[in-house]
Amino acid sequence: MYPELGQLALILALLLAVLLSVVPLAGSLTGRDNLQAFARPLASGIFVFIGLAFAILIHAFVTDDFSVAYVANNSNSMLPWYYKFSAVWGGHEGSLLLWILMLAGWILAVAIFSRRLPAVMISQVLSVLGMICVGFLLFIVITSNPFDRLLPNAPADGADLNPLLQDFGLIVHPPMLYMGYVGFAVAFAFAIAALINGRLDAAWARWSRPWTTVAWAFLSLGIALGSWWAYYELGWGGWWFWDPVENASLLPWLSGTALMHSLAVTEKRGVFKSWTVLLAIVTFALSLLGTFLVRSGVLTSVHAFASDPERGTFLLALLAITVIASLALYAFRAPVVHVRSRYGSLSREIFLLLNNVLLVSATLLVAVGTLYPLVLDYLELGKLSIGEPFFNLTFSPLAVATGLLLGAGIFSRWKKTDGGWLARKLLWPLAVSLVASTAVVIGYGGFRPWAFLGVFTAIWVAVATFWDLWDKSSSRKGRIHGLRRQSRSYYGMVLGHLGLAITMAGATVVSNYGIERDVRMVPGDVATVGDYRFVFKDIGERRGANFTAQYGSFDVLLDGKRVAELHPEKREYSVGMSVMTEADIDAGLFRDIFVAIGERISDDAWAIRLQYKPLVRWLWLGSLFMAAGGFLAIADRRYRIRERAEQKVSATAPAADTGSASSAGVVS
Amino acid sequence: MKRFLLFLPLLVAVAVGVVLFAGIGKDPTRLESALVGKPVPEFSLRDLRNPDDLLDQSLFRGQATLLNVWGTWCPACRDEHDDLMWLAEEKGVAIIGLNYKDNREDALVWLDRLGDPYRDIIYDPKGTLGFDLGVYGAPETFVIDAGGVVRYRHVGVINEAVWEQTLQPLLNELQGGG
Repeated sequence: MYPELGQLALILALLLAVLLSVVPLAGSLTGRDNLQAFARPLASGIFVFIGLAFAILIHAFVTDDFSVAYVANNSNSMLPWYYKFSAVWGGHEGSLLLWILMLAGWILAVAIFSRRLPAVMISQVLSVLGMICVGFLLFIVITSNPFDRLLPNAPADGADLNPLLQDFGLIVHPPMLYMGYVGFAVAFAFAIAALINGRLDAAWARWSRPWTTVAWAFLSLGIALGSWWAYYELGWGGWWFWDPVENASLLPWLSGTALMHSLAVTEKRGVFKSWTVLLAIVTFALSLLGTFLVRSGVLTSVHAFASDPERGTFLLALLAITVIASLALYAFRAPVVHVRSRYGSLSREIFLLLNNVLLVSATLLVAVGTLYPLVLDYLELGKLSIGEPFFNLTFSPLAVATGLLLGAGIFSRWKKTDGGWLARKLLWPLAVSLVASTAVVIGYGGFRPWAFLGVFTAIWVAVATFWDLWDKSSSRKGRIHGLRRQSRSYYGMVLGHLGLAITMAGATVVSNYGIERDVRMVPGDVATVGDYRFVFKDIGERRGANFTAQYGSFDVLLDGKRVAELHPEKREYSVGMSVMTEADIDAGLFRDIFVAIGERISDDAWAIRLQYKPLVRWLWLGSLFMAAGGFLAIADRRYRIRERAEQKVSATAPAADTGSASSAGVVS
Repeated sequence: MKRFLLFLPLLVAVAVGVVLFAGIGKDPTRLESALVGKPVPEFSLRDLRNPDDLLDQSLFRGQATLLNVWGTWCPACRDEHDDLMWLAEEKGVAIIGLNYKDNREDALVWLDRLGDPYRDIIYDPKGTLGFDLGVYGAPETFVIDAGGVVRYRHVGVINEAVWEQTLQPLLNELQGGG
């Protein structure tokens, strides 16, 4: 009975979403407050019904209701309870429902936290979000109902969750990623609302910024979790494969990063408006494109989701309506600004513009690399594989250029920066970075041009960030006072940029100085990788909840001392008859040691993969820094102070940019 | 004029949309190979059945062969397997296997259970040769002439129809000519 209720809840949510997308918008266009007042209650209602549907699906999984087709395909009675829970979003229908739940959550959050916004604005923003919600609810109800039944022949047991997905990483990776994807819907809705009522001003940028930043922070976490999961779970020790699905998450991240920076310029200086609004539309469109690429099966991928032309067509129609409508609106409504040079050629505006150019180039590059096979196929020009070499070759220079520019841009001023002053300012950071990066590269065992460039860029970004913090925090009342005086959004920026430096350092060092060996070993054998000696002690059998495993034991020695004992496994899952390699990793801040068991070569000999991965953790540590920076930035006092100030002022005058935010020239 | 520029994003989006729409329902793996007419890329990989032996591109010399890319992780390869057995046993076709992104133990168990249609099997766990060949997924089959030159690429499952309509005529031609 419950699954039918779930379906009913989805249909009710759909009806409410239809109302939300029409009523408040109509109210805002005709100036009727009573219609606009429906916006918030409708937003809450949608969240309640979608939450109910989601809870019912969880219930079906936890109680092993295999009469529900989706449960039967993605779960099994032997599955541990926490995987039954995460199996809810282990397949297409459930992950779509999760997507919609996130969207409903964002809509509710906008309804709650935007009480200070003008009623017209909030009505339009919520209506636009309502339209997106209608689209996806239609999609799930028509093509992907998670509550479909297998009656009267319900199977006795389920087909089990794909073993690859039976992992902590999967419990948290999709929700974070979706939070990011869906979060950009809010920035999109603000952009559309601003286009509709023609208010592309500093206030619009200020309201969009915190939402964009949070979405971006979630997306950063989601991508990092995905990469971490691939690293330890896929068993090969790689952390980024330039797979279409990975690229699909990187695309909105890159354009979202550009959007965050250009929103800062629009808020502070009132320029780049048309560009910023376009980025907001494009970023959300790329989030939708990502969903389409993953779910439609037009591209082959290791994520290999079942594809279905009907779903693909539906998603593409959604994408097309969203993009065409919003870009048409953009084309007719975006302000055409007459060029009036309000900033010098070395101003912060210019640095951020270049930042945008580089980030958008990177976005285009990844998009082209991902879609190229499709385009060529369409034009019947034959086929060319685009793989890692293409991306590594073209993406790295852009990343380096972005970092180099960032280091200089941190010191720049709004409107105009004196060239000679900037050059003198950069002299010391440059010297420090050169010396430090040379030392690092030599310490890791040899100079390589790309390794040096990557390490140099990372250190350059970090040094410049700290240098600027040091400059800004000088105060007559002492350093501590100076440090305290900086705003949270400034510290958010510092963390974000340090995160970028850390990730770059990790990516460069592990790609250039990591060691990987595939060896044949029998118990008792010793193999050497770099400075580490691996002793293969023995291998035996072990039983888990729903698998049996070959369980290896390794000692890892450094200078004769044991530093780790590792137990990689090769698991055979009883239900699906699938075999999974579970690598064992001795994780450290400066290096990971990685052992994975490959196939059995003869009775007692095994293929073993041994890896030394210097700084690999930094990849994800940096992403944590970036996400933390994002969350810190939106906790800034100015968002709260302004709320209170606006509350007082709102009765008499429209919200004006009082300037309290421009104190430190903050860009986050 | 400036307003016109603002329409550019819309035009680009529509163009991308057309391409995406054309992609729906089409088998994404139906792609021509850039390698047709070129020799098999150089490689040096282990033999699946005899881990101590190394195989290289000279494997393809002397006889027209099919190079079949497969893996135990690939359900479609299971569907195709019986037809490969039939080709090898009834039609005497020389098939070389490329065990792609797989692991040896699983692959050997699979061949034990289902039969082994291959003359030789290249073991490519990291997919290096697969990458050079531009393999998108499994199964894929390349027709290679006696000189080791790639003549045709078939993406997807081989069945009787594919054999009769494309592969057999091509192989006959290659054998007749060479």
